Amino acid sequence: MSFVTVRNVFQSYGPRPIIERVNFEAEEGAFVSIVGASGCGKSTFLRLLLAQEQPTRGDIRVAGADPAREPGLDRGIVFQRYSVFPHMTVRENIVAGESFRRPWGRFFGADRKAALARADDTLARIGLDHVADQYPATLSGGMQQRLAIGQALVAKPRVLLLDEPFGALDPGTRLSMHDFLQDLRAETGMTVFMVTHDLEEAFKLGDRVLVFDKPRWDPHDPNRYGATITYDFDARDGGIPFQTLKEDTHVLQANG
Amino acid sequence: MRIINIKPGRPLAVFLMLLPFVAVFVAYAIGSEIRLAENPSDKLLPAPGTIWDTAWRLITEADRRSGRILFWHDTGASLMRLGLGITISALTALVFALLIGLLPLARSFLAQFVAVLSMIPPLALLPILFIVFGLGETSKVVLIVVGTLPCLIRDLGQRVVELPQELRVKAQTLGASSWVLALRVALPQLMPRLIQAVRLQIGPAWLFLIAAEAIASDLGLGYRIFLVRRYLAMDVILTYVIWITILAFLIDWSFRWVSRRVFPWAEDSL
Repeated sequence: MSFVTVRNVFQSYGPRPIIERVNFEAEEGAFVSIVGASGCGKSTFLRLLLAQEQPTRGDIRVAGADPAREPGLDRGIVFQRYSVFPHMTVRENIVAGESFRRPWGRFFGADRKAALARADDTLARIGLDHVADQYPATLSGGMQQRLAIGQALVAKPRVLLLDEPFGALDPGTRLSMHDFLQDLRAETGMTVFMVTHDLEEAFKLGDRVLVFDKPRWDPHDPNRYGATITYDFDARDGGIPFQTLKEDTHVLQANG
Repeated sequence: MRIINIKPGRPLAVFLMLLPFVAVFVAYAIGSEIRLAENPSDKLLPAPGTIWDTAWRLITEADRRSGRILFWHDTGASLMRLGLGITISALTALVFALLIGLLPLARSFLAQFVAVLSMIPPLALLPILFIVFGLGETSKVVLIVVGTLPCLIRDLGQRVVELPQELRVKAQTLGASSWVLALRVALPQLMPRLIQAVRLQIGPAWLFLIAAEAIASDLGLGYRIFLVRRYLAMDVILTYVIWITILAFLIDWSFRWVSRRVFPWAEDSL
Protein backbone atom coordinates (compact mmCIF):
# COMPACT_ATOMS: atom_id res chain seq x y z
CA MET A 1 0.00 0.00 0.00
CA SER A 2 1.51 3.28 -1.04
CA PHE A 3 1.77 6.15 1.40
CA VAL A 4 0.40 8.97 -0.74
CA THR A 5 -2.23 7.95 -3.27
CA VAL A 6 -3.62 10.33 -5.88
CA ARG A 7 -6.46 8.76 -7.83
CA ASN A 8 -7.86 10.23 -11.03
CA VAL A 9 -7.72 13.83 -9.80
CA PHE A 10 -9.26 16.66 -11.83
CA GLN A 11 -9.27 20.29 -10.79
CA SER A 12 -10.93 23.14 -12.60
CA TYR A 13 -11.67 26.73 -11.65
CA GLY A 14 -15.06 27.48 -13.13
CA PRO A 15 -15.09 26.20 -16.71
CA ARG A 16 -11.30 26.25 -16.92
CA PRO A 17 -9.56 22.92 -16.30
CA ILE A 18 -6.19 23.21 -14.57
CA ILE A 19 -5.15 19.62 -14.08
CA GLU A 20 -6.80 16.47 -15.30
CA ARG A 21 -6.45 12.71 -14.90
CA VAL A 22 -3.63 12.81 -12.40
CA ASN A 23 -2.78 9.39 -11.02
CA PHE A 24 0.17 8.98 -8.75
CA GLU A 25 1.51 6.96 -5.87
CA ALA A 26 4.47 7.61 -3.60
CA GLU A 27 6.16 5.47 -0.95
CA GLU A 28 6.76 6.72 2.55
CA GLY A 29 10.06 8.59 2.76
CA ALA A 30 10.14 9.49 -0.93
CA PHE A 31 11.36 12.90 -2.05
CA VAL A 32 9.26 13.93 -5.04
CA SER A 33 10.19 17.01 -7.08
CA ILE A 34 7.50 18.58 -9.22
CA VAL A 35 8.51 20.67 -12.22
CA GLY A 36 6.73 22.18 -15.20
CA ALA A 37 6.17 25.42 -17.04
CA SER A 38 4.37 28.30 -15.36
CA GLY A 39 0.62 27.82 -15.23
CA CYS A 40 0.82 24.08 -15.59
CA GLY A 41 -0.85 23.27 -12.35
CA LYS A 42 2.19 22.45 -10.18
CA SER A 43 1.10 24.76 -7.40
CA THR A 44 -2.52 23.68 -7.83
CA PHE A 45 -1.40 20.09 -7.37
CA LEU A 46 0.49 21.08 -4.22
CA ARG A 47 -2.57 22.90 -2.88
CA LEU A 48 -4.57 19.74 -3.50
CA LEU A 49 -1.98 17.67 -1.64
CA LEU A 50 -2.20 20.22 1.16
CA ALA A 51 -6.01 19.95 1.15
CA GLN A 52 -6.19 23.71 0.88
CA GLU A 53 -8.44 23.01 -2.11
CA GLN A 54 -10.70 20.09 -2.90
CA PRO A 55 -10.35 18.38 -6.29
CA THR A 56 -13.42 18.57 -8.51
CA ARG A 57 -13.02 14.84 -9.15
CA GLY A 58 -10.93 12.07 -7.70
CA ASP A 59 -9.31 11.87 -4.29
CA ILE A 60 -6.00 12.15 -2.50
CA ARG A 61 -5.21 9.96 0.46
CA VAL A 62 -2.29 10.06 2.84
CA ALA A 63 -1.49 6.84 4.72
CA GLY A 64 -4.82 5.33 3.70
CA ALA A 65 -6.84 7.93 5.63
CA ASP A 66 -9.97 9.51 4.18
CA PRO A 67 -9.31 12.50 1.90
CA ALA A 68 -8.63 15.54 4.08
CA ARG A 69 -11.07 18.44 3.78
CA GLU A 70 -8.80 21.15 5.17
CA PRO A 71 -5.10 21.60 5.95
CA GLY A 72 -4.06 19.85 9.12
CA LEU A 73 -1.22 18.57 11.26
CA ASP A 74 -0.41 15.66 8.95
CA ARG A 75 0.80 17.98 6.18
CA GLY A 76 3.49 20.60 6.68
CA ILE A 77 4.05 23.44 4.24
CA VAL A 78 6.79 25.90 3.41
CA PHE A 79 5.90 28.64 0.93
CA GLN A 80 8.23 30.86 -1.03
CA ARG A 81 7.23 33.83 1.13
CA TYR A 82 5.13 34.58 4.22
CA SER A 83 5.90 31.22 5.77
CA VAL A 84 6.73 32.43 9.27
CA PHE A 85 4.73 34.64 11.59
CA PRO A 86 6.13 38.18 11.46
CA HIS A 87 4.81 39.15 14.90
CA MET A 88 6.64 36.38 16.74
CA THR A 89 10.33 36.15 17.49
CA VAL A 90 12.33 33.34 15.91
CA ARG A 91 12.07 31.28 19.10
CA GLU A 92 8.32 31.85 19.41
CA ASN A 93 7.89 30.81 15.79
CA ILE A 94 9.49 27.45 16.61
CA VAL A 95 7.40 27.06 19.78
CA ALA A 96 4.29 27.85 17.70
CA GLY A 97 4.97 24.66 15.72
CA GLU A 98 4.04 22.72 18.85
CA SER A 99 1.75 25.07 20.71
CA PHE A 100 -0.78 26.04 18.03
CA ARG A 101 -2.61 22.74 18.44
CA ARG A 102 -3.36 23.58 22.10
CA PRO A 103 -6.74 25.11 23.04
CA TRP A 104 -5.24 28.57 23.61
CA GLY A 105 -2.46 28.21 21.09
CA ARG A 106 0.23 28.50 23.75
CA PHE A 107 1.93 26.61 26.58
CA PHE A 108 1.74 27.61 30.21
CA GLY A 109 4.04 27.07 33.20
CA ALA A 110 6.33 24.06 33.11
CA ASP A 111 5.13 23.07 29.63
CA ARG A 112 6.20 26.45 28.38
CA LYS A 113 9.66 26.14 29.88
CA ALA A 114 10.12 22.70 28.36
CA ALA A 115 8.88 23.95 24.99
CA LEU A 116 11.29 26.90 25.05
CA ALA A 117 14.17 24.53 25.84
CA ARG A 118 13.16 22.24 22.98
CA ALA A 119 12.88 25.28 20.70
CA ASP A 120 16.42 26.29 21.60
CA ASP A 121 17.65 22.80 20.72
CA THR A 122 15.87 23.01 17.38
CA LEU A 123 17.31 26.46 16.71
CA ALA A 124 20.81 25.21 17.49
CA ARG A 125 20.28 22.35 15.05
CA ILE A 126 19.13 24.60 12.22
CA GLY A 127 21.81 27.17 13.04
CA LEU A 128 19.55 30.03 14.13
CA ASP A 129 20.29 30.07 17.87
CA HIS A 130 22.16 33.40 17.60
CA VAL A 131 19.02 35.21 16.35
CA ALA A 132 16.49 33.50 18.62
CA ASP A 133 15.13 36.76 20.03
CA GLN A 134 14.91 38.66 16.76
CA TYR A 135 11.86 39.11 14.57
CA PRO A 136 11.83 37.31 11.20
CA ALA A 137 11.90 40.59 9.26
CA THR A 138 15.47 41.16 10.42
CA LEU A 139 16.61 37.78 9.03
CA SER A 140 17.99 37.14 5.57
CA GLY A 141 15.86 35.23 3.06
CA GLY A 142 17.80 32.01 3.59
CA MET A 143 17.48 32.21 7.36
CA GLN A 144 13.75 32.88 7.09
CA GLN A 145 13.31 29.77 4.94
CA ARG A 146 15.41 27.71 7.34
CA LEU A 147 13.16 28.95 10.13
CA ALA A 148 10.06 28.10 8.09
CA ILE A 149 11.31 24.55 7.46
CA GLY A 150 12.27 24.16 11.11
CA GLN A 151 8.86 25.39 12.22
CA ALA A 152 7.09 22.99 9.85
CA LEU A 153 9.20 20.04 11.04
CA VAL A 154 8.61 20.76 14.73
CA ALA A 155 4.94 19.96 14.14
CA LYS A 156 6.07 16.49 12.91
CA PRO A 157 3.97 16.30 9.74
CA ARG A 158 3.66 13.01 7.85
CA VAL A 159 4.22 14.80 4.54
CA LEU A 160 6.25 17.96 4.02
CA LEU A 161 5.21 20.16 1.09
CA LEU A 162 7.58 22.79 -0.29
CA ASP A 163 6.26 25.40 -2.74
CA GLU A 164 9.28 26.86 -4.52
CA PRO A 165 10.97 27.21 -1.14
CA PHE A 166 14.29 28.46 -2.51
CA GLY A 167 12.93 30.45 -5.45
CA ALA A 168 13.72 33.84 -3.92
CA LEU A 169 17.23 32.96 -2.69
CA ASP A 170 20.57 33.74 -4.27
CA PRO A 171 22.52 30.79 -5.75
CA GLY A 172 24.99 30.45 -2.86
CA THR A 173 22.30 30.43 -0.20
CA ARG A 174 20.33 28.01 -2.31
CA LEU A 175 23.19 25.50 -2.30
CA SER A 176 23.57 25.68 1.46
CA MET A 177 19.79 25.27 1.80
CA HIS A 178 20.05 22.09 -0.33
CA ASP A 179 22.61 20.68 2.10
CA PHE A 180 20.43 21.73 5.02
CA LEU A 181 17.38 20.04 3.53
CA GLN A 182 19.30 16.85 2.66
CA ASP A 183 20.68 16.64 6.20
CA LEU A 184 17.24 17.11 7.72
CA ARG A 185 15.80 14.49 5.43
CA ALA A 186 18.49 11.96 6.26
CA GLU A 187 17.67 12.60 9.92
CA THR A 188 13.88 12.40 9.74
CA GLY A 189 13.25 10.24 6.67
CA MET A 190 10.04 12.08 5.94
CA THR A 191 8.05 12.21 2.74
CA VAL A 192 8.65 15.42 0.83
CA PHE A 193 6.96 17.03 -2.16
CA MET A 194 8.77 20.02 -3.63
CA VAL A 195 7.56 22.29 -6.42
CA THR A 196 10.44 24.06 -8.14
CA HIS A 197 11.34 25.92 -11.31
CA ASP A 198 14.92 24.75 -11.14
CA LEU A 199 15.44 21.44 -12.97
CA GLU A 200 18.89 20.95 -11.52
CA GLU A 201 17.54 21.39 -8.03
CA ALA A 202 14.69 19.00 -8.80
CA PHE A 203 17.04 16.21 -9.88
CA LYS A 204 19.62 16.89 -7.19
CA LEU A 205 17.20 16.69 -4.27
CA GLY A 206 14.45 14.43 -5.56
CA ASP A 207 14.18 10.66 -5.74
CA ARG A 208 11.53 11.17 -8.35
CA VAL A 209 10.84 14.09 -10.64
CA LEU A 210 7.29 14.63 -11.88
CA VAL A 211 6.81 16.83 -14.91
CA PHE A 212 3.48 18.60 -15.33
CA ASP A 213 2.53 19.53 -18.87
CA LYS A 214 -0.47 19.75 -21.13
CA PRO A 215 -0.62 16.63 -23.28
CA ARG A 216 -3.42 18.04 -25.40
CA TRP A 217 -3.20 21.52 -26.83
CA ASP A 218 -5.87 23.38 -28.73
CA PRO A 219 -4.15 26.23 -30.61
CA HIS A 220 -7.42 28.16 -30.81
CA ASP A 221 -8.13 27.86 -27.10
CA PRO A 222 -4.98 27.20 -25.07
CA ASN A 223 -6.97 26.95 -21.85
CA ARG A 224 -9.25 24.23 -23.18
CA TYR A 225 -7.34 21.34 -21.63
CA GLY A 226 -5.62 20.91 -18.31
CA ALA A 227 -2.16 19.63 -17.44
CA THR A 228 -1.24 16.25 -16.10
CA ILE A 229 1.88 14.31 -15.14
CA THR A 230 3.64 13.67 -18.45
CA TYR A 231 6.92 12.24 -17.12
CA ASP A 232 7.82 10.47 -13.93
CA PHE A 233 11.59 10.21 -13.72
CA ASP A 234 13.57 8.11 -11.32
CA ALA A 235 16.08 10.67 -10.14
CA ARG A 236 18.09 8.49 -7.78
CA ASP A 237 21.74 7.83 -8.60
CA GLY A 238 22.07 11.08 -10.45
CA GLY A 239 19.11 10.42 -12.68
CA ILE A 240 20.54 7.20 -14.16
CA PRO A 241 18.08 4.43 -13.33
CA PHE A 242 18.78 0.71 -12.88
CA GLN A 243 22.19 1.32 -11.38
CA THR A 244 21.52 -0.54 -8.19
CA LEU A 245 20.63 -4.13 -8.70
CA LYS A 246 17.80 -5.21 -6.48
CA GLU A 247 18.77 -8.90 -6.49
CA ASP A 248 21.87 -10.58 -5.24
CA THR A 249 22.96 -12.26 -8.44
CA HIS A 250 25.65 -14.92 -8.45
CA VAL A 251 27.46 -12.99 -11.19
CA LEU A 252 28.21 -10.06 -8.95
CA GLN A 253 29.07 -12.31 -6.04
CA ALA A 254 31.55 -14.24 -8.12
CA ASN A 255 33.30 -11.07 -9.17
CA GLY A 256 33.43 -9.80 -5.60
CA MET B 1 19.14 68.81 -10.93
CA ARG B 2 15.51 67.76 -10.73
CA ILE B 3 13.52 69.26 -7.92
CA ILE B 4 12.36 65.77 -6.89
CA ASN B 5 15.97 64.99 -5.97
CA ILE B 6 16.65 68.04 -3.84
CA LYS B 7 16.54 67.03 -0.19
CA PRO B 8 16.80 69.57 2.63
CA GLY B 9 19.56 69.20 5.22
CA ARG B 10 18.70 68.98 8.90
CA PRO B 11 18.77 72.76 9.68
CA LEU B 12 16.81 73.62 6.55
CA ALA B 13 14.28 70.88 7.29
CA VAL B 14 13.67 72.26 10.78
CA PHE B 15 13.41 75.78 9.41
CA LEU B 16 10.90 74.70 6.76
CA MET B 17 8.92 72.81 9.36
CA LEU B 18 8.65 75.85 11.61
CA LEU B 19 8.02 78.30 8.78
CA PRO B 20 4.26 77.80 8.30
CA PHE B 21 3.65 78.03 12.06
CA VAL B 22 5.59 81.28 12.30
CA ALA B 23 3.99 82.60 9.10
CA VAL B 24 0.47 82.01 10.42
CA PHE B 25 1.34 83.61 13.73
CA VAL B 26 2.91 86.65 12.10
CA ALA B 27 -0.02 87.05 9.68
CA TYR B 28 -2.43 86.88 12.59
CA ALA B 29 -0.42 89.36 14.65
CA ILE B 30 -0.31 91.83 11.76
CA GLY B 31 -4.03 91.49 11.06
CA SER B 32 -4.83 91.92 14.73
CA GLU B 33 -2.53 94.94 14.92
CA ILE B 34 -4.24 96.63 11.98
CA ARG B 35 -7.73 96.06 13.32
CA LEU B 36 -6.86 97.13 16.86
CA ALA B 37 -5.16 100.29 15.60
CA GLU B 38 -8.45 101.25 13.98
CA ASN B 39 -10.66 100.20 16.86
CA PRO B 40 -9.03 99.35 20.22
CA SER B 41 -12.16 97.52 21.41
CA ASP B 42 -12.32 95.26 18.35
CA LYS B 43 -13.19 91.69 19.41
CA LEU B 44 -12.63 89.79 16.21
CA LEU B 45 -8.86 89.45 16.25
CA PRO B 46 -7.60 89.88 19.79
CA ALA B 47 -3.88 90.59 20.17
CA PRO B 48 -1.67 87.55 20.87
CA GLY B 49 -0.87 89.09 24.26
CA THR B 50 -4.56 89.26 25.13
CA ILE B 51 -5.03 85.62 24.15
CA TRP B 52 -2.07 84.66 26.32
CA ASP B 53 -3.49 86.59 29.29
CA THR B 54 -6.89 85.03 28.77
CA ALA B 55 -5.35 81.56 28.46
CA TRP B 56 -3.41 82.07 31.68
CA ARG B 57 -6.55 83.27 33.45
CA LEU B 58 -8.56 80.30 32.16
CA ILE B 59 -5.92 77.80 33.18
CA THR B 60 -5.20 79.14 36.65
CA GLU B 61 -8.22 81.04 37.99
CA ALA B 62 -11.35 79.41 39.36
CA ASP B 63 -14.79 80.34 38.11
CA ARG B 64 -16.32 82.82 40.55
CA ARG B 65 -19.72 81.15 40.63
CA SER B 66 -18.77 77.49 40.94
CA GLY B 67 -15.28 77.86 42.39
CA ARG B 68 -13.87 75.36 39.88
CA ILE B 69 -11.30 75.97 37.18
CA LEU B 70 -13.65 75.33 34.30
CA PHE B 71 -10.86 74.89 31.76
CA TRP B 72 -9.65 71.68 33.38
CA HIS B 73 -13.16 70.43 34.07
CA ASP B 74 -14.07 71.02 30.44
CA THR B 75 -10.95 69.17 29.37
CA GLY B 76 -11.61 66.29 31.74
CA ALA B 77 -15.23 65.91 30.66
CA SER B 78 -14.39 66.02 26.96
CA LEU B 79 -11.45 63.62 27.21
CA MET B 80 -13.60 61.23 29.25
CA ARG B 81 -16.28 61.17 26.54
CA LEU B 82 -13.71 60.90 23.78
CA GLY B 83 -11.75 58.14 25.51
CA LEU B 84 -14.85 56.15 26.35
CA GLY B 85 -16.26 56.49 22.85
CA ILE B 86 -13.01 55.57 21.10
CA THR B 87 -12.32 52.64 23.44
CA ILE B 88 -15.78 51.12 23.00
CA SER B 89 -15.56 51.70 19.28
CA ALA B 90 -12.09 50.16 18.95
CA LEU B 91 -12.86 47.05 20.98
CA THR B 92 -16.14 46.43 19.17
CA ALA B 93 -14.48 46.99 15.81
CA LEU B 94 -11.75 44.50 16.72
CA VAL B 95 -14.26 41.72 17.37
CA PHE B 96 -16.31 42.43 14.26
CA ALA B 97 -13.23 42.82 12.07
CA LEU B 98 -11.93 39.42 13.16
CA LEU B 99 -15.31 37.84 12.50
CA ILE B 100 -15.67 39.46 9.08
CA GLY B 101 -12.07 38.90 8.09
CA LEU B 102 -11.71 35.30 9.19
CA LEU B 103 -15.13 33.73 8.77
CA PRO B 104 -16.61 33.68 5.26
CA LEU B 105 -19.99 33.07 6.87
CA ALA B 106 -19.75 36.25 8.94
CA ARG B 107 -18.49 38.15 5.90
CA SER B 108 -21.54 37.19 3.87
CA PHE B 109 -23.73 38.05 6.82
CA LEU B 110 -22.25 41.39 7.90
CA ALA B 111 -19.93 42.99 5.35
CA GLN B 112 -22.57 44.58 3.14
CA PHE B 113 -24.65 45.61 6.13
CA VAL B 114 -21.71 47.44 7.69
CA ALA B 115 -20.90 49.05 4.36
CA VAL B 116 -24.43 50.45 4.16
CA LEU B 117 -24.39 51.53 7.82
CA SER B 118 -21.19 53.48 7.29
CA MET B 119 -23.01 55.59 4.68
CA ILE B 120 -25.42 57.02 7.27
CA PRO B 121 -24.24 60.51 8.28
CA PRO B 122 -23.80 60.13 12.06
CA LEU B 123 -24.79 63.72 12.80
CA ALA B 124 -28.17 63.06 11.21
CA LEU B 125 -28.68 60.43 13.91
CA LEU B 126 -27.86 62.87 16.72
CA PRO B 127 -31.49 63.89 17.35
CA ILE B 128 -32.46 60.23 17.60
CA LEU B 129 -29.62 59.62 20.06
CA PHE B 130 -30.77 62.57 22.18
CA ILE B 131 -34.32 61.23 22.14
CA VAL B 132 -33.33 57.67 22.96
CA PHE B 133 -30.43 58.20 25.36
CA GLY B 134 -31.37 61.57 26.81
CA LEU B 135 -29.13 64.61 26.96
CA GLY B 136 -26.56 63.11 29.36
CA GLU B 137 -23.20 61.51 28.77
CA THR B 138 -24.56 58.41 27.06
CA SER B 139 -25.79 60.13 23.92
CA LYS B 140 -22.44 61.87 23.39
CA VAL B 141 -20.43 58.69 23.80
CA VAL B 142 -22.85 56.81 21.59
CA LEU B 143 -22.51 59.46 18.88
CA ILE B 144 -18.72 58.98 18.85
CA VAL B 145 -19.18 55.21 18.71
CA VAL B 146 -21.81 55.40 15.97
CA GLY B 147 -19.66 57.84 14.02
CA THR B 148 -16.40 55.92 14.13
CA LEU B 149 -17.43 52.27 14.41
CA PRO B 150 -18.54 51.46 10.84
CA CYS B 151 -15.37 52.95 9.34
CA LEU B 152 -13.19 51.11 11.85
CA ILE B 153 -14.93 47.80 11.15
CA ARG B 154 -14.57 48.21 7.40
CA ASP B 155 -10.96 49.28 7.61
CA LEU B 156 -9.88 46.57 10.06
CA GLY B 157 -11.96 43.88 8.40
CA GLN B 158 -10.15 44.63 5.18
CA ARG B 159 -6.81 44.43 7.01
CA VAL B 160 -7.70 40.94 8.28
CA VAL B 161 -8.76 39.86 4.81
CA GLU B 162 -5.40 41.10 3.52
CA LEU B 163 -3.41 38.88 5.90
CA PRO B 164 -1.43 36.57 3.60
CA GLN B 165 -3.30 33.38 2.79
CA GLU B 166 0.02 31.60 3.37
CA LEU B 167 -0.05 32.46 7.07
CA ARG B 168 -3.56 31.12 7.50
CA VAL B 169 -2.67 27.86 5.78
CA LYS B 170 0.57 27.59 7.73
CA ALA B 171 -1.23 28.01 11.04
CA GLN B 172 -3.69 25.30 10.05
CA THR B 173 -0.89 22.89 9.19
CA LEU B 174 0.47 23.52 12.70
CA GLY B 175 -2.87 22.32 14.04
CA ALA B 176 -4.40 25.69 14.94
CA SER B 177 -8.16 25.79 15.42
CA SER B 178 -10.15 28.77 14.09
CA TRP B 179 -10.02 30.21 17.60
CA VAL B 180 -6.22 29.86 17.88
CA LEU B 181 -5.83 31.31 14.39
CA ALA B 182 -7.82 34.37 15.47
CA LEU B 183 -6.09 34.67 18.83
CA ARG B 184 -2.47 34.00 17.91
CA VAL B 185 -2.19 34.99 14.25
CA ALA B 186 -4.87 37.48 13.24
CA LEU B 187 -5.32 39.45 16.48
CA PRO B 188 -1.64 40.26 17.16
CA GLN B 189 -1.12 41.30 13.56
CA LEU B 190 -4.25 43.42 13.69
CA MET B 191 -3.22 45.38 16.80
CA PRO B 192 -0.79 47.84 15.15
CA ARG B 193 -3.33 48.35 12.39
CA LEU B 194 -5.99 49.02 14.99
CA ILE B 195 -3.86 51.79 16.45
CA GLN B 196 -3.29 53.17 12.98
CA ALA B 197 -7.01 53.09 12.18
CA VAL B 198 -7.92 54.69 15.51
CA ARG B 199 -5.39 57.45 14.87
CA LEU B 200 -7.21 58.24 11.66
CA GLN B 201 -10.59 58.21 13.43
CA ILE B 202 -9.53 60.60 16.21
CA GLY B 203 -10.32 63.55 13.95
CA PRO B 204 -13.93 62.50 13.23
CA ALA B 205 -14.30 61.55 16.91
CA TRP B 206 -13.46 65.14 17.96
CA LEU B 207 -15.90 66.43 15.37
CA PHE B 208 -18.75 64.34 16.76
CA LEU B 209 -17.80 65.16 20.33
CA ILE B 210 -17.81 68.92 19.78
CA ALA B 211 -21.03 68.74 17.78
CA ALA B 212 -22.78 66.82 20.54
CA GLU B 213 -21.40 69.13 23.23
CA ALA B 214 -22.38 72.22 21.29
CA ILE B 215 -25.99 71.13 21.14
CA ALA B 216 -26.66 69.76 24.61
CA SER B 217 -24.18 69.86 27.45
CA ASP B 218 -23.18 71.85 30.51
CA LEU B 219 -19.48 71.03 30.50
CA GLY B 220 -16.89 70.26 27.85
CA LEU B 221 -14.56 71.95 25.43
CA GLY B 222 -17.12 72.12 22.63
CA TYR B 223 -19.79 73.39 24.96
CA ARG B 224 -17.54 76.22 26.18
CA ILE B 225 -16.62 77.34 22.67
CA PHE B 226 -20.23 77.55 21.61
CA LEU B 227 -21.21 79.22 24.88
CA VAL B 228 -18.72 82.10 24.67
CA ARG B 229 -19.49 82.51 20.96
CA ARG B 230 -22.52 84.49 22.16
CA TYR B 231 -20.24 87.07 23.72
CA LEU B 232 -17.88 87.14 20.76
CA ALA B 233 -15.10 86.09 23.17
CA MET B 234 -12.58 85.27 20.47
CA ASP B 235 -9.75 85.10 22.99
CA VAL B 236 -11.47 82.25 24.84
CA ILE B 237 -12.46 80.48 21.63
CA LEU B 238 -8.95 80.66 20.25
CA THR B 239 -7.47 79.41 23.52
CA TYR B 240 -9.78 76.41 23.42
CA VAL B 241 -9.14 75.74 19.75
CA ILE B 242 -5.39 75.79 20.28
CA TRP B 243 -5.79 73.55 23.32
CA ILE B 244 -7.92 71.04 21.40
CA THR B 245 -5.33 71.01 18.63
CA ILE B 246 -2.55 70.35 21.12
CA LEU B 247 -4.56 67.56 22.75
CA ALA B 248 -5.33 65.93 19.40
CA PHE B 249 -1.68 66.16 18.40
CA LEU B 250 -0.52 64.65 21.70
CA ILE B 251 -3.03 61.81 21.42
CA ASP B 252 -1.86 61.05 17.89
CA TRP B 253 1.78 61.22 18.90
CA SER B 254 1.32 58.95 21.90
CA PHE B 255 -0.50 56.37 19.79
CA ARG B 256 2.40 56.31 17.39
CA TRP B 257 4.86 56.03 20.25
CA VAL B 258 2.97 53.13 21.86
CA SER B 259 2.69 51.38 18.51
CA ARG B 260 6.43 51.62 17.90
CA ARG B 261 7.28 50.40 21.38
CA VAL B 262 4.81 47.54 21.62
CA PHE B 263 4.92 46.32 18.01
CA PRO B 264 8.54 46.67 16.90
CA TRP B 265 8.02 43.98 14.25
CA ALA B 266 5.45 46.15 12.46
CA GLU B 267 7.66 49.20 12.12
CA ASP B 268 7.73 49.12 8.33
CA SER B 269 3.99 49.39 8.02
CA LEU B 270 3.59 52.40 10.30
